Amino acid sequence: MRLLLLAAICIGQFGLILAAQSAEKGMAYVVGGILKPFYPPSPKEREIPVHTFWMNKFPVTEAQFLQFVKKNPQWRRDHIKRIFADKQYLSHWVTPISLGNKINGEQPVTQVSWFAAKAYCESEGKRLPTENEWEYVAGASDKKPDARKDLEWRNRILDWYTKPTPSVFPKVGQSPPNYWGVYYLHGLVWEWVLDFNSSLVSSDNRENATSPDKNRFCGAGALVATEKDDYASFMRIAFRTSLKAHYTTSSLGFRCAQDEKKS
Amino acid sequence: MNQFLMIMLGLSLTMMNCHSGDPIEAILTDAPNVPPPIKRNYPAKIIAHLEVKEVTRPIADGVDYTFWTFGGHVPGKFIRVRQGDTVEFHLQNHPDNKMPHNIDLHAVTGPGGGATSSFTAPGHESQFTFKALNKGLYIYHCATAPVGMHVANGMYGLILVEPPEGLPPVDKEYYIVQGDFYTVGKYREKGLQPFDMQKAIEENATYVLFNGSEGALVGDKAIKAKVGETVRLFIGNGGPNLISSFHVIGEVFDKVFTEGGTRYQENVQTTLVPAGGSAIVEYKAEIPGTYILVDHSIFRAFNKGALGMMKVEGDENKAMYSGKEVDSVYLADKAEQTQAIAQAAAASKKGTLTKEMQIEAGKNLFMGTCSTCHQNNGIGIPGVFPPLANSDIVNGWDKQKLIAAILNGLSGPIKVNGRDYNSTMPPMSQLNDDEVAHILTFVLNSWENKGGVVDTEEVKVVREATLRPPGAAK
Repeated sequence: MRLLLLAAICIGQFGLILAAQSAEKGMAYVVGGILKPFYPPSPKEREIPVHTFWMNKFPVTEAQFLQFVKKNPQWRRDHIKRIFADKQYLSHWVTPISLGNKINGEQPVTQVSWFAAKAYCESEGKRLPTENEWEYVAGASDKKPDARKDLEWRNRILDWYTKPTPSVFPKVGQSPPNYWGVYYLHGLVWEWVLDFNSSLVSSDNRENATSPDKNRFCGAGALVATEKDDYASFMRIAFRTSLKAHYTTSSLGFRCAQDEKKS
Repeated sequence: MNQFLMIMLGLSLTMMNCHSGDPIEAILTDAPNVPPPIKRNYPAKIIAHLEVKEVTRPIADGVDYTFWTFGGHVPGKFIRVRQGDTVEFHLQNHPDNKMPHNIDLHAVTGPGGGATSSFTAPGHESQFTFKALNKGLYIYHCATAPVGMHVANGMYGLILVEPPEGLPPVDKEYYIVQGDFYTVGKYREKGLQPFDMQKAIEENATYVLFNGSEGALVGDKAIKAKVGETVRLFIGNGGPNLISSFHVIGEVFDKVFTEGGTRYQENVQTTLVPAGGSAIVEYKAEIPGTYILVDHSIFRAFNKGALGMMKVEGDENKAMYSGKEVDSVYLADKAEQTQAIAQAAAASKKGTLTKEMQIEAGKNLFMGTCSTCHQNNGIGIPGVFPPLANSDIVNGWDKQKLIAAILNGLSGPIKVNGRDYNSTMPPMSQLNDDEVAHILTFVLNSWENKGGVVDTEEVKVVREATLRPPGAAK
């Protein structure tokens, strides 16, 4: 295991060089490794391999999403089918095809549903990151690929979680990048992941036969969690679980990812 | 066969509709107010809308905290229904909120007390319906992961299920909920203070409060009654960690419905209110004066904020009590005194601060913070706490040394007015620069001391130039 980690770190350094080469694409090269999930799907799955992949350095911005909507009018707020997005979808824009003066195009887009986020990524030949991928990258601080046990770093994330959503978001990319060269996984907006509802629907529920999965949140959840004082992870999972695919909220955006071979 | 089905359908409709009349929108109130008693003699359908809001507001004077609330305040809105009522509950999560939330009402019989049916993302609303089967006074709270943190941020309130015959009428009803809070900064350390997860896990509360802020029930905001009136307090304890020993100084509770249940105990001095539990307390106001509500785990009252007031107005009754109001020392660092401090703070900002204002503010601060040891008249306790009145250290030390003593504390052997002392004064660095300046100006101009003025800038300089002991506020 230790060897594996070492190997991952070595390749990580190499990966950074590669990442620099594809900077024009706005994506960071993330070298695969082992994720120790906060809620293991089962006692046998406490370590999950994450394959090498590419991830957008920044969340998708308002201006980028506006271009997408203009090219794909079926995703305009006045054309979209209600099953794909709730009434709040892009409701902060002045018209279905303009942001208005109050929104800066470089702010992260919010008020988008999972369907819309997924369609956006697919229009670029990409996809949403999986929850495991997102958590793997989000576990990195600016210096370490896995900083999840670093109390100070944890508290910084928690600090953002406990503040109400600001009325005006900062622009994307104003914080230092993390170890992988990815910006703002914490501290700007929540982000959709491909399998956002998998925290609830565990693939193997036999070990939890006596506790229906929904109850993992309250009692059973606290028992299953691997790091009981990692409140930030609790909150991310709680947030994702409260969502449905057509939901939008004023603090929820997304970024895209891509498999390694396609780059 | 068809006829039989029709009859069955009719019957079941009748059964479902056992309450009569149109649905009633529940009246919800913010503490310390309680919705009016229910006069209905039949069960009804009640519709309750409760909106979750994440808000930043003062937790103590000069200290802000981001609370998560049911309705904008801590505790959440008081809900009052009648046993047998069917309650259609709407939980709304404000679009500006960052967190998902839900509600577990201890009055609800069903999975999660409603929590599993009310899990709601920001900008969305959930609805579920329950029947109020059991009478009593119940806590409700958020049960979203991480549960402890949602509760610690203030997500709790009370729901009263009245018995069908109603509660016996009283003159005044009030709503008070205790809660413990955990901040990164020390007690009363100024500024916006974030939640401290580690302190919460260690159950090491920074604040223990009635109704979500220090001062929520003092001064103008004290609850009130007249002599001869009967008073009913609906007491809750949101926790997350601490059990309350609820006590009113100078009052014996005639009746306590312990744990918010059906039976009552009589002639109670202090009643335990469990975390996630309640009590109904009843008594008659008989002697005028100010009565102090405390958690009788008493350091919480005087050092963490668990202190409220009830003011009783009316004629004296010398036969029952000879006079002299409730201990004024208890009131000293709260309520009325804060006015002089606020005036001085405002004047300091405007640049119109006078020595007299400083002395007045300093006196009030002294009575709250320093007089416990140095005594109201500054004479201290011989051999234990050094005197400040006509004191050779106050008059002999330079200002910088005096300021440093307040900010950084003082311990070890010292000779004052010819007598040896060897004890510890803790650092008082939670006081801001203005406050330290006022206290010293007051001390210098009192009790035959030499006079003079200490200004904010001088305190600031010393604060920057010296080090606080480990653990003290910055």
